[in-house]
Amino acid sequence: MGTLAERRIGPPLLKAEQISLAFGGVRALSDVSLEIREHEILAIIGPNGAGKTSMLNVINGFYHPQRGTITFKGETRRRMRPHQAAETGIARTFQNVALFRGMTTLDNVMTGRLLRMRRNFLWQALHWGPALKEELEHRSFVERIIDFLEIQAIRKVPVGQLPYGLQKRVELGRALAMEPTLLLLDEPMAGMNVEEKEDMSRFILDVNDEFGTTIALIEHDMSVVMDLSDRVVVLDYGRKIADGPPDSVRRNQDVIDAYLGVSHD
Amino acid sequence: MEFLDAVFVTPFASMWDNPEFLLEVLIGGLLTGVMYSLVALGFVLIYKASGVFNFAQGTMVLFAALTFVGMLEKGMPVWAAFLVAATVMTAMAFAIEWVVLRPLVNQEQIILFMATIGLTFFLDGFGQLVWGGDVHPLDIGIPKDPLIIGGVLVNEFDLVAAAVCGSLVAALAVFFQKTAVGRALRAVADDHQAALSVGIPLKTIWVIVWAVAGVVGLVAGILWGSNLGVQFSIALVALKALPVLILGGFTSVPGAIVGGLIVGAGEKVAEVFWGPATGGAIEDWFAYGLALVFLLFRPQGLFGERIIERV
Amino acid sequence: MLYREAGQFKTSYAADQAVFPIRQDRFLIAAALLIAYVAVPLLGNEYWLLTIMIPFLVFALAALGLNLLTGYAGQVSLGTGGFMAVGAFATYKLATGFPGLNIVAVFLIAGVITALVGLLFGFPSLRIKGFYLAVATLASQFFLIWMFNKFPWFTNYSSSGVISAPQRAVLGHFYVTGAEANPVDKYLFVLSFVAVLAFAAKNLVRGRIGRSWMAIRDMDIAAEIIGIHPLKTKLLAFAVSSFYCGIAGAMWAFIYTGGVEPLAFDIDRSFQILFMIIIGGLGSILGSFLGAGFIVLLPIFLDNTPRLVGLEIPVNTVTNLQSMIFGALIVFFLIVEPRGLARLWQIGKEKLRLWPFPY
Repeated sequence: MGTLAERRIGPPLLKAEQISLAFGGVRALSDVSLEIREHEILAIIGPNGAGKTSMLNVINGFYHPQRGTITFKGETRRRMRPHQAAETGIARTFQNVALFRGMTTLDNVMTGRLLRMRRNFLWQALHWGPALKEELEHRSFVERIIDFLEIQAIRKVPVGQLPYGLQKRVELGRALAMEPTLLLLDEPMAGMNVEEKEDMSRFILDVNDEFGTTIALIEHDMSVVMDLSDRVVVLDYGRKIADGPPDSVRRNQDVIDAYLGVSHD
Repeated sequence: MEFLDAVFVTPFASMWDNPEFLLEVLIGGLLTGVMYSLVALGFVLIYKASGVFNFAQGTMVLFAALTFVGMLEKGMPVWAAFLVAATVMTAMAFAIEWVVLRPLVNQEQIILFMATIGLTFFLDGFGQLVWGGDVHPLDIGIPKDPLIIGGVLVNEFDLVAAAVCGSLVAALAVFFQKTAVGRALRAVADDHQAALSVGIPLKTIWVIVWAVAGVVGLVAGILWGSNLGVQFSIALVALKALPVLILGGFTSVPGAIVGGLIVGAGEKVAEVFWGPATGGAIEDWFAYGLALVFLLFRPQGLFGERIIERV
Repeated sequence: MLYREAGQFKTSYAADQAVFPIRQDRFLIAAALLIAYVAVPLLGNEYWLLTIMIPFLVFALAALGLNLLTGYAGQVSLGTGGFMAVGAFATYKLATGFPGLNIVAVFLIAGVITALVGLLFGFPSLRIKGFYLAVATLASQFFLIWMFNKFPWFTNYSSSGVISAPQRAVLGHFYVTGAEANPVDKYLFVLSFVAVLAFAAKNLVRGRIGRSWMAIRDMDIAAEIIGIHPLKTKLLAFAVSSFYCGIAGAMWAFIYTGGVEPLAFDIDRSFQILFMIIIGGLGSILGSFLGAGFIVLLPIFLDNTPRLVGLEIPVNTVTNLQSMIFGALIVFFLIVEPRGLARLWQIGKEKLRLWPFPY
C-alpha cells in the first residue's frame, strides 16, 4: 500500500533475540525476540505481569538476561550497564516517575545533557570560559525542549512540588534532552485524565515526527495504542504472542484470549 | 620480610602450637561478643519498628545502668532496683516518643538519626548530672571464679552472662512470635502504611519497642557494669555494636546475635595473634574492617535477602 | 533597603545563571567580603581572631567538604575527622620533609593526598548505601587515627606523639604558621583559602558535576539510566570532599592549634562537622557557614551566660548542662526546621521579597 508511515520506517534499529530472564524461580521473560525499526512507534502491550517492563529493563541494561542477545545499531552485546546504554543513545522514562525530586525542572532536564558536557573538573570549578560557554549552549538547547513541552512556567520549581501529570512531562523532557536514537516510554499516560493523555500523545507523535526518534512504549489504554503505534507487540506470561500492525493484532485470537482470560489447555 | 612473617606465619604457628590457648581466646571473645549482640539487639528492635537508626542506644545502656546502680547505692534490693530502672526506661520511651519521634514523624531517616545524636548528648549530660561522673562499682553477686572445663580456662561470670543473654533472646522470640503485641510489631516492621491501615496504633508500638530496647539495654548495662564498673565508657560499646549491625543487617535479630559473636571472637583473636605485628590496639577498627570486607561480598548482610531493584 | 527582584529582567541565559542573580544578593556578598577582609582585621582583637574567627573558618571549610559529599552527593560520611587528620599529618610530613616548599603548595598537596585517601575509602560506596555506608565510613575514622597513633614515622619519631607546626611564611615575610605568626596574617590567610574554595564549591555544584551528584543523591537508578557512571561520580564526590576536609585539617593543626595530634580528629570531630551541615542546611553552601558559626558560637555563649547572670555553678555541672542544652537544641532545631538555617534564611528572603504583603 505504501502509506506515509511505512515509507518513513527504516531497517531494524534494535533486535532482541531469544531473551530469557528469571528471578530465582520466577520466569519474567522466556525466549522473547522482537525488533524495533528505525523511526517507528512500537507499542508493547499485555496484561499485568506479562513482562513488559522487564523487557524495557533488559533493553537498557538494567536487568541482565540469562539467555539471549541485544543488537543495537549493529552492535551485539550480552551484558551492559544502564549508563553504557545511555551512552549508545537509549533514553527512558519510568512507570513510577523517577525524577530527581530535590532539583528544579530546569536542572532535571539539564541532567539529560550531562553525557554531552565535556569540560573537565578545573574548568567546572571556575565556571568560566569554556565551561560557561558549554553550560550556556546546553541551556539554550534545554530551553527549546522546555518550550516544546510547554513547561516554561515551572522552570525553577522543584519537581517534588509538581502535580503528577507535569512530572511525567518533565521526565519526558529529561529523556528528550539526551537526544536519544531510541526512546523507551514505560506507561507515559498512566494515571492521566483525558486531556493530559491527549497532550502527551501529541508530544509523542511530535517527537517521532520532528526529531525522527524511534519510540517503544508500554501502554494500557488501547485506544491510545491503536492511534499512536505503527506496530504492536503483545506479551503474555513472559512470552510473545503477537506482533504486527495494530489492526491485525486487535483481531488476533490469542490476544483476545490473553486479555479475556481464556484457559490455555 | 620480618613484618610479613609476623603477619602470615607466626600467628598461625602459635595457634597450631597451643590450640587450648586459641580456644580460650575464642571463648573470651565470644562472651564479649554477647555484649555487642545485646546492644545491637536494641538497635535492631528500634530500627525495625520505627525506622530510626538509634545512635543513643549506647547512652541508653549507660543511663539504665547508672539508674540501677544509683538505686542499689540508696540501699534498694536488686530486684527493686531492676524494677525501678526498667520503669525509668519505660518512662523515657514515652518521653522520647512524645518529644522527639512524634514531631519528627515522616521526616527523612537522616533527620531522625541526627535527633538521636541530640538525644545522646542530652542523656549523657542528664545522666552525669544526676548520678555523677565517677565509676560506680557494681556487684549483684554474680560469681567471678575461673573454671577449668576440659583443659580450657573459662570465667564463671562469662558463662552467667551468656546464659542471661540466651534467655533474654528466647524471651524476646516468644514475645514476638506468640503475643498479639509481637505480631503487631512485626506487621509494623514489614510495612508502616499497611499496619496503620489495619488499625495498629503506630505510636503505642513505638513506645513499646523503645521501652523493650531500654530494658534490653538495662540488662546489657548490668552485665557490663558488673565486670568493669558502671562508667562513661559503657556508652562507647555502642560504637562496637555498629559493625555488628552491618554484618548482621539492620533488621535481623539473628543477624545481631551472630554478628555480635563474630565481631567479639574475631577482634579478640586478631588482637592476640596479630596485635604484636601491627603495634596493638587494632581492636579499635578491626570490627569495622571485618564488616567492610564482608559487605563487599555480601552487601545485604548475613541474613538479609538478596535485593532485587525495581523501576 | 528593600529586597526586590522586580524590574531586574534577565535578557540572557548567562545573566540568569550568574552566581547571585539578584542585585541585592550581590550587594550582600560584597558587603560580607568587605567586612571579612577589612572590618574584622581592623576591629577584631587577638582573642576574637584566634578563638572565634579562625576556628569558624576552618570548621566552615570542613563542613563545606562534608556538605559536598553528604548534602549534594547524598553519601553520609562519619569519617570527616579521619580525613582531616590525613590533611594535618600530610602537611606536617611535607613541611618538614621539604622545608623549601611554599606553605600554600604544602596545603594544596596535602589536600590532594587526602583526596586520594578519600577516594580509597569511597570504594565501598559502590556496593553499600545509606546507613550501611555511614557505618562503613567509621572504619576510615578509626583506622586512620589508629594509624597516626601507632606509626612514629608520621610524627617524625617524636617521643610525645604531639608535634608543633614549623614556622612558615607567605609572600616572603607574613608568617602564618608557627609560634611567631601574627593573628591578622593567619586570619587573612585562612580567609582567602576559604573564600576561594567556597567559590569553587559553589561553581561545582551549579554545573555538570553538581547535577550529577544531586542526581545520584535523589535517585541513583534513574541517574545511571540517563548515563551517569555511579562509581565515578561517587568517587569524585569522596575525593573533592576529602580535599576540602584535608585542607581544613591542615589549617586546624597548623594555624588554629599550632600542633598536630590525632586526638583532635577523633570521632567527636566527625559528628561535630555533621551537626554543622544538618543545622546549617544539607545541600547548601551558605548553610555550611551558618552551621559552623552556630556550633562555634553556641559553646562560647553557653560558657558565658551563667557568669553574665551572676550565677556560680561548678565546672562539672556546667559541662553536663551544656551537653544537655546542646542535645535539646539539636532536637529542637530538627523539629522546627529540618532543612536547616539556610532554609530559614531563604524563607526570610521570600517574606522580605513580598513585604509588606503576606503573599
